[in-house]
Parts: sequence; C-alpha cells; structure tokens
Amino acid sequence: MVDKAAIARQFIEAIPHSKALGMVLTEISDGMAEIVMAYNPALIGDPQTGVIHGGAVSALMDTCGGAAVMSHADAPAGTATIDLRIDYMRGATPGQAVRARAECYHITRSVAFVRATAFDEDPDNPVATASGAFTVERLS
Amino acid sequence: MRRPAPEPVQIVKQRRDAALAALVGGVPYMQFMGIGVDRRGDELTATMTYDEKLIGNPLLPALHGGATAAFLEVTALIEISWAMLWNDIESGAIDIETLVDGTLPRLPKTIDFTVDYLRSGLPRDAYARAKVTRSGRRYASVQVEAWQDNRDKLFAQATCHFLMPARTSGAQ
Repeated sequence: MVDKAAIARQFIEAIPHSKALGMVLTEISDGMAEIVMAYNPALIGDPQTGVIHGGAVSALMDTCGGAAVMSHADAPAGTATIDLRIDYMRGATPGQAVRARAECYHITRSVAFVRATAFDEDPDNPVATASGAFTVERLS
Repeated sequence: MRRPAPEPVQIVKQRRDAALAALVGGVPYMQFMGIGVDRRGDELTATMTYDEKLIGNPLLPALHGGATAAFLEVTALIEISWAMLWNDIESGAIDIETLVDGTLPRLPKTIDFTVDYLRSGLPRDAYARAKVTRSGRRYASVQVEAWQDNRDKLFAQATCHFLMPARTSGAQ
C-alpha cells in the first residue's frame, strides 16, 4: 500500500515556488490539506499598511488545492489547475501567518473538484475562499 | 477658436512615467516576483522575468499555477489603478512629487479573481495585458491575458472584479 499522503508531502515540499513563499504543509490526509505561509515583508502588496499581496494568497490557495487532490485516494498521480476562483473577504492582518485548508470534495476519472478557505489568526473571519477544478493525471 | 499649445513631449512622458513608477516601484511583492511594467502611451504590458523560484513542477518543468495567478492579478490591479488615475495624471491634478514620495491615492481592492489555465507555463519570461471592460463608481470588471513566446497562444487568462475607492475630493 502506497502512502499517498507521504508522496504528496514529498512532492509539495519540493516545489520551488512554494518554498520561496515559505509554505509549510501542516496537515495532509485523504483529500484534505492544510498549508501555512508565514508573514514575510517581501510579500507585501500595500506598503502603507503592510498587508500581503492577494497574489501570494492565490499561490497559497492553488498549492493547497493541488495538495488536497494529490492526497485523494482516487488520484493516481499528479495534478494541474484547470481553473481557480478566489473571493477576497478582507486583507490578511499584517504580521500574522496565513493558513489555507483545502478539500477535494469530488473526483472523477478526469477532474477533481476542490474548495479552500484561508485564515489568519482569527478563525471565525476568513481572509479568502476559493473553488477550483484540477486535472487528474493518469500514470502512463 | 485657438487650441492651447500642446505640452512638450518630455514633460508628458516624465509625468506618466513618474506616476507608473510610483504605482509599481514601491510594491515589495512585485519585486519578489520579478514583475515589471512597460508603457506605450496609456497601454501597459507586464513582464514576469523567469526565475527558478517561479517553478511549480520541477519535473516538466512548468511555472507554478500560483505564480501565474499572481502575475495576472498584479497586472489587473495595476491596470485598473492606472485607468483610475489616468485623467488626473494627464490634467496634472495629481501632484507627481507626492506620488514619487510614495504617497499613493487609495487604490481599488480585489473582490474576486478567476483564472483559467490554458496550457502549462514554460520556464521563460511571461507577458500580460489587462483590459478594463467596465469601470463604475463602485465596481469594476477587468480581463487579463498572459502569453509567452507567441502572442496568439495564451497560457492563462483571468477575470477580476474590483471595489473602487470612494472619491472624496472634488475630482469626479
């Protein structure tokens, strides 16, 4: 029996862009993933407030969605994003880490469906939500 | 009727370039991502210079979907901000000295962002242009296209909605 979560973890932690953004995989299980991105001044989008750029939150959501797909029991190999929609509720509080949780709630032979939510230290007040479709790559 | 003499071209360019530099230069995340913006008149083209840290799949290799999304989002935000400021830049209502000092007017905020990945991003420079399809008093819709070697072969496109800042001063 192959440990999908272990493979997904190994793969996610080897992604150069995720490493550059300081993402750390904190939880991964069947179709679920959680990734934390520490506050980093290099990611600031608004210098007047210190709020990190929405683009960094998008990258976090995309990575977390991909991790959720890869950890799903029915996903044979890799995945790529087909589309992703992100809704921004508010700016992440400066100085706080952003934590994304993604769930692959349905998967077919070709497509995986994912939703994700991002929080800072306030767990009742999401920073952003996302939903997306990912490819299901076959082992050739 | 007599038309007023046009301003010397270098004055116009200096003002436009200073405004663009103020919009782009002060954003740490754009420097982190290697994103710059070129201007021809009012048309902007964003460039994301290839770097190993933008890779999402080292086996292919391909750009990270998150890096692509961020590139499109940055491009859309710069375009809507630029479009919002354009009239004030042209009329001189915006004081360029203040802009250069880093004091920007309030900028639009992203409400939502939808990105379509059309083909995988190659490990080389990427380009993007955005178009404001509708800009109202409170909300705006912007479309963005990104390509690499071939302008007709988009590798990603996106639609974004923005919340426009409340206009406080006498400007319309």
